Amino acid sequence: MDALIQSKSKARQRLLIEAGIVAAIALLLLFVIPPILVGSGQGFRVNLLGRYLALAIAALGIDLIWGFTGILSLGQGVFFALGGYSLAMFLLLQLPDGQLPDFFSPYGVTELPWLWQPFYSLPFTLFAIVFIPTIVAATLGYLVFRNRIRGVYFSILTQAALIVFFNFFNGQQKLINGTNGLKTDTATIFGQTVSSPPVQAFLYTLTILLLVGGYALSRWLTSGRSGRLLVAVRDDEARMRFSGYDPTMFKVLVFAISAGLAGIAGALYTVQSGIITPQAMNIAFSIEMVIWVAVGGRATIVGAILGTLIVNFAKSILSERFPQFWYFFQGGLFLIVVTVLPGGILGWLREDGVRLVRSQINKRRPLQTYPSLEEDPGVQYERKNLANRESDG
Amino acid sequence: MLSGLLDGIFSGISLGSVLLLAALGLAIVFGLMGVINMAHGELMMLGAYTTYMVQNALKGTPLFGIYIFIALIAAFIVTAIFGLVLERGVIRYLYGRPLETLLATWGVSLILQQLVRSVSWQLVTIVALFCLLFFGAMWIVARRTDFERARGWFLAIMIPLSAAAAIATGNVLGTLYKPAFTKLWFDARNVDVTAPKWLRGGFPIAGTQFSYARIFIIVLTIACVVGVYWFLNNTPWGLRIRAVTQNRTMSACLGIPTKKVDALTFALGSGLAGLAGCAVSLLGSVGPNTGQNYIVDTFMVVVVGGVGKLAGSIIAALAIGTANYLIGSNTLVDLTAPIKPLSDTFAFFSTISMAKVLVFALIIAFLQFRPGGLFPQKGRTVDA
Repeated sequence: MDALIQSKSKARQRLLIEAGIVAAIALLLLFVIPPILVGSGQGFRVNLLGRYLALAIAALGIDLIWGFTGILSLGQGVFFALGGYSLAMFLLLQLPDGQLPDFFSPYGVTELPWLWQPFYSLPFTLFAIVFIPTIVAATLGYLVFRNRIRGVYFSILTQAALIVFFNFFNGQQKLINGTNGLKTDTATIFGQTVSSPPVQAFLYTLTILLLVGGYALSRWLTSGRSGRLLVAVRDDEARMRFSGYDPTMFKVLVFAISAGLAGIAGALYTVQSGIITPQAMNIAFSIEMVIWVAVGGRATIVGAILGTLIVNFAKSILSERFPQFWYFFQGGLFLIVVTVLPGGILGWLREDGVRLVRSQINKRRPLQTYPSLEEDPGVQYERKNLANRESDG
Repeated sequence: MLSGLLDGIFSGISLGSVLLLAALGLAIVFGLMGVINMAHGELMMLGAYTTYMVQNALKGTPLFGIYIFIALIAAFIVTAIFGLVLERGVIRYLYGRPLETLLATWGVSLILQQLVRSVSWQLVTIVALFCLLFFGAMWIVARRTDFERARGWFLAIMIPLSAAAAIATGNVLGTLYKPAFTKLWFDARNVDVTAPKWLRGGFPIAGTQFSYARIFIIVLTIACVVGVYWFLNNTPWGLRIRAVTQNRTMSACLGIPTKKVDALTFALGSGLAGLAGCAVSLLGSVGPNTGQNYIVDTFMVVVVGGVGKLAGSIIAALAIGTANYLIGSNTLVDLTAPIKPLSDTFAFFSTISMAKVLVFALIIAFLQFRPGGLFPQKGRTVDA
C-alpha cells in the first residue's frame, strides 16, 4: 500500500503548487497589473479587466455544464441578468426613508411594488444573487431533464426561455423600468457613489476573490468522483444510467451551480459597468459566452478564464478600430474554433504544441500507453502482489 | 364578438402559416441530419433581400406586375445555392456533433448579417479574388503527391498572401472608382418591398378585413407543403431522403448515397427558407436582423412537432401561431369577459411579448406529457 500513500502525498504536493500559482496570478492581477495599466495611460482598461474577470465567472459555469457535462445552455443570460437585477434593485433602494427610485415617477408609480420590498435587506440580496438564478435553473432543468430531453432540444429550450425572460423584463416598465434597465452608477453604497474609484477598486478586488473561489469550486467539482460522473454524462449517458446512476439529478445540480455562478457574474458585471438592461438577455450575448469557453478550451478550467479575457479584449480593441469587422471576426471565430480547433487554445497547446516543441528540439515522442495506467499506483500494487501470488502457487 | 373571433383565427392562421413556411425547411433538415441550423433565419433574410433586388430590377418593365413569382423562384435558387455551399463547406465536417453545428451555423448567421450591412462591389471583389487566389493555388499544389506533408506551410503562406493581394486590389480599385465601387448595396437601414397592386388591400367579410397579402402567404404555404409532401412521397430522391431519415446506417449499406442526400436536403431546406423570406418581405420592412425575429418561434415548432412526420410541424406551427395571436391580441380577453378572473389573467398576457411567455409555459407543460413532440421518431434506440 506504500504506493497509494505515496501517490496521495504526491497529489497533495501538486495541489499545493497549483494553489500557489493561482495565488500568485491573483496577486499579480491585484497589485501589479492595475498600476502598469494606469501608468501607461490605459486606466480605463482596469475597469474593463474587472468586468471581463466577472464574465469569466460566468464562463466557469458554462465550462462546467458544457465542457464537462456536455449540456449546451444558450440561456445563461437569464441567470446573469437575474443576478444583475437583484444587486441593482438593492443599490437603487439605498435612499432615505419613504423615497422611491427616480425612474418610478414618470410611470406614475407612487408605492414600491411588493417585488422590491425584500431588497431593502443586504443579506437577502446576497442570497438572491446566487439563489434566485439557481432556483430558476433547477426548476427548468428538472422539468426538462426529467423527460430525458437533451442535446439540441435542451439548447433550443433554454434559448426560448431566454427570449421569454427578455420579453418579460422588456415589457414591465412599471416594475423594473423595461427597456431602459436599472442604472447603478449613481446609486450610493455605504455613503459612496458606486462609480467612485474606491468602490470600484473594492469591486475589482472582490471580483478577483470570487473568481478564485469559483475556480476552486470548479476544480473541486471536476476532480475525483463527481468529475468522472460529469464526464460520464457527457460521453455516454445511457451507459451511466445502466450502471445504476440517475443522471437527472447530476444534470440539474450542475445546471443550477452554473446558474449561480452566472448570477454572481451578472451582479459583479452590473456594478462595474454601471447599468443592467434586458439586453443582457439577448440571444447573441448568451451564445458569445459559449464561444469564450470554446476558444480557451472546453473542459479546461483555466481555458474558460483565459478564453473570456482573450475574446473580450480582442472585441474591445477590434470594435474600437474596425466596428464592422468585429462581426465577421466573431463569426469566423465560431467557425474556426468548431472546425479546426475543437480543443481551443489550451487543447492545442497540450496536444500539438508539446509535439511541435519536442520535434523542434529533436526529442523522441513519448511512448503512448493507456492513459495513466502505467503510473496508477493501484495497478502497480496489484501487479506486484498478483505476481507474488502466482509464484507462491 | 364573432368578427373578433374570425379576425383572430384568420390572423392566427396567417401568422402560423409564416411560421410553418419558415419551419418546414428547418424540420426536414433537423429530421434528416439532427442539425439545427441557426442561420436559417438569415437564409430567410437573404430570400427577402433577393425579393427586394428582383423588385428593383424589374421596376418599370412589363414584368413588374408578376415580379413576385420571379422573386419566389430567384429567392429559392439563391438560398438553395447558399445552403449547398454551407453544407459542403462547413456542416459536412460536423456530422454527429449537433451542438458544434449549432455554434458553427450561429457564426455563419453573424457573418451573413454583417455581410448584408457592408456588402459593396469592393467587398465582393475582395472575397472573390481571395477565393480565386487561395483555392486556385490549392488546386494546383494539391496535385503534388507530397502535398499533405507541406499542408501547414502552404496554409501559413497562402492565406496571408492571397488576403493581402485581394485587399490591396480591392482598395486600389476602391480609390480609383470611388463612389460607385465602394457604395454599400443595402446599408444598415431596413428596405421595403412594395407588394404588387393586386396584392394590396383586401376584401371584407362580416366586418373583418382579409388582406390579400396574407391570403397569398397562406396559399403559398399550402402550395409549399403540398409540394414538399409530393416530393418526399412520390419521387426517387424523396424516397431516399425518407430512408436516410429513418435509418442512416442501413440506408448507406443498401447503396443510398447519403452524402448526396444530405447536400440535397440541406439545399431544399435552405430554398424553403428563401421562400419564407420572400413571404415575410410582403408583411413589413426587411432588415439585417429580420431573421432573428423568427428563429426561436420556428425552433419551437420543430420541438413541439417532433421529427417523425411532416404533419407534426403543420399542427405545431398553426397551434403556436394561433395561440400567440389569440393570447397576444385582446380576443381572449373579450371572449372570457363574463368570467372575471380568467379574463384578468388573459389581460395580463395580452401583448405580443407577454403572449410568448404564456406560450412558452404551455410548451414546457406539453413536453411533460410528450417529450418527443407530437410525432416522435419511432424506433428502439436507447437514446430515444
